[in-house]
Amino acid sequence: MSTSSSLVYLIALPLFGAATLLLGGRRTDKWGHLLATGMAASSFGVGLYQLSEMLGRSGEERAVTQKLFSWIAVGNFNIDAALLLDQLSICFVLLITGVGTLIHIYSIAYMEHDENRRRFFAYLNLFIASMLLLVLGNSYLNLYVGWEGVGLASYLLIGFWNQKPAYATASKKAFVMNRVGDMGLSFAIMIAFATLGTTTFEGVQEASHHASEAALTAIGIMLLVAATGKSAQFPLQAWLGDAMAGPTPVSALIHAATMVTAGVYLIVRSNFIFDAAPTAQLLVVIVGAITLIFGALIGTAKDDIKKALAASTMSQIGYMVLGAGLGPAGYAFAIMHLLTHGFFKASMFLGAGSVMHGMNDEVNMRKFGNLRKFMPITFVTFGLGYLAIIGVPPFAGFYSKDAIIETAFNAGGVKGIILGSVALLGAAITAFYMSRVMILTFTSRGRWDDNAHPHESPWLMWLPIAILSVGSVTAGFLFTRGDALVHWLEPVVGGHHGEHEEFLPALVVSGLALTAVAIGVAIAIVKYQLSDVDSIAPEKVSALTRFVRRDLGQDAFNEAVFMRPGQSLTKLLVASDDRVIDGAVRGIARVAIGSGSALRKTQTGFARSYAAFILIGAIVLIAGIWVVTQ
Amino acid sequence: MNPYNYLYVAGLLFTIGAVGVVVRRNAIVVFMCVELMLNAANLAFVTFSRINGTLEGQVTAFFTMVVAACEVVVGLAIIVAIYRSRRSASVDDASLLKR
Repeated sequence: MSTSSSLVYLIALPLFGAATLLLGGRRTDKWGHLLATGMAASSFGVGLYQLSEMLGRSGEERAVTQKLFSWIAVGNFNIDAALLLDQLSICFVLLITGVGTLIHIYSIAYMEHDENRRRFFAYLNLFIASMLLLVLGNSYLNLYVGWEGVGLASYLLIGFWNQKPAYATASKKAFVMNRVGDMGLSFAIMIAFATLGTTTFEGVQEASHHASEAALTAIGIMLLVAATGKSAQFPLQAWLGDAMAGPTPVSALIHAATMVTAGVYLIVRSNFIFDAAPTAQLLVVIVGAITLIFGALIGTAKDDIKKALAASTMSQIGYMVLGAGLGPAGYAFAIMHLLTHGFFKASMFLGAGSVMHGMNDEVNMRKFGNLRKFMPITFVTFGLGYLAIIGVPPFAGFYSKDAIIETAFNAGGVKGIILGSVALLGAAITAFYMSRVMILTFTSRGRWDDNAHPHESPWLMWLPIAILSVGSVTAGFLFTRGDALVHWLEPVVGGHHGEHEEFLPALVVSGLALTAVAIGVAIAIVKYQLSDVDSIAPEKVSALTRFVRRDLGQDAFNEAVFMRPGQSLTKLLVASDDRVIDGAVRGIARVAIGSGSALRKTQTGFARSYAAFILIGAIVLIAGIWVVTQ
Repeated sequence: MNPYNYLYVAGLLFTIGAVGVVVRRNAIVVFMCVELMLNAANLAFVTFSRINGTLEGQVTAFFTMVVAACEVVVGLAIIVAIYRSRRSASVDDASLLKR
């Protein structure tokens, strides 16, 4: 594998930006955002340069590495901090830096009136650097550093407005739930190290050929736990909705386009493990299928535009995980959906931010309506993203989602039918709730508050959205033309050799998917466009609606199963600490004090009595010796 | 003469000294009683030396005398200092350490 000395700049540039802004303090307030944007853009430039280099080489030789330094060297045990750029990571590098740069530009205008804008940009740069380390690390251990770094950046950015207690709580919730997943990753690394003796991707792939299936299954399941935490998949999904407390550009970058897809990256990167561990792979599919329905259902009941989009993110990542769990046939499609989703979801989130910008930071869609007249650019770009996500040809989402649905049907047997139907159902629900968002926000009757003066956002905001929506229109077509992305990724994830019979012809699947989408859209039009919508959510609704509004009881479940017992356990531990441990310490102290005050009485202060004691003691001692020796 | 008689004398002197230390209050008298006990021990050392026909006991007696001389110097200095500040030579008056 060839080496390259310029990989490190991908990470070093944004890291330098973050360090400068954080250490430079208020001095950098004036130009900090420009520096951060410049760093992100130059990192993108390095990424493009790497891509051009990569295109110059042939298939198997495209991956390059760079050893940074020897990290841990103990005897025969060596771990290097090294970077690996291959066909898979370059996709992520370009997505992260490209979308990241656009969102930096957007944030310049979006955060203009925030006095902590510099800190915001510092965190954004920190995030970009960590995320790049995550996708560029050549071993699970290096990946783990980036994995924790993005967790930190996500925490800092969700709680960016931490003067509001609810936002601070949301950031803590995200952090804690992520920790559960991180634990899975650290277990996976430990098991890999114990059974395979290495943590580099190359080494693990090599060793996985002659490792026991049990070990690989254990590693796979632990990696899946890690992925569910970071990617907000069932059962660790509850944090994503609350993560919308962060500024909207953060939601677009971290909680839609990049960080939450790290779990998908992890699974696809570990394809050799999952391919050899069918049980773990089946679990991946199940998690993906559950989450894609779960998220879609939550999306139908959200009135908060950002939370509706968050639920949709959860659901779309469910599609990706489902795709990644389908083995070599699905990896490329999971990544394709990830990339197209990165475009259209980021553009929609930024669009939502643009709407909020024009509506006094209102997020309740029931107080929007008829905004297409006042925000034509936002309307068009959001609309393109909308068409992409529900999967209307020829927009990006159609190609990627359709491919996943088709692969699901072709998984074979009952499994294929179930997965395919779930994916189809998800597509219908997606079409419904996304149409609902679209209609409530842009096309239905205006239901604004009296002081709302909707207006279009400045060009610094709409330009990035426009560029992203170009991506959401064309990406799918470009990726699938001549199976470009599939062939591109083949050296990394392995090729699909067509071992399954096609369950349904591709055209039939597309037809079914489009029918499902049409049904979803039609229901939404009837319910929200043709009938009137209240600006206050109706109270008298069915129990089912109430259940969905409460996020399908995810928080109630976590509270009942983990939080309350956890608190009881804590109380028990505190009590036992008080009674047992402190009791023992205090008891010893009491014994010492008691015996001390009893013995104190012998200390009269009279030299003569001390002398008498010494005398008596000496006599007793001599008498004792005498008795013993007699 | 029976050398054991010297040991009886030594035991008697030591007992007188010990009882004096315990019962008398005057610091000078207590001090003198301590000297008495030291000299009783010296007498016993010399006697044992004589009985056993070796010199170690006599050497030890000389050491004891040197130590006793040092002790007298320091002890009398302390007694004089206490007397100057407290106008009393009673050992029972100097019992402030218990508080």
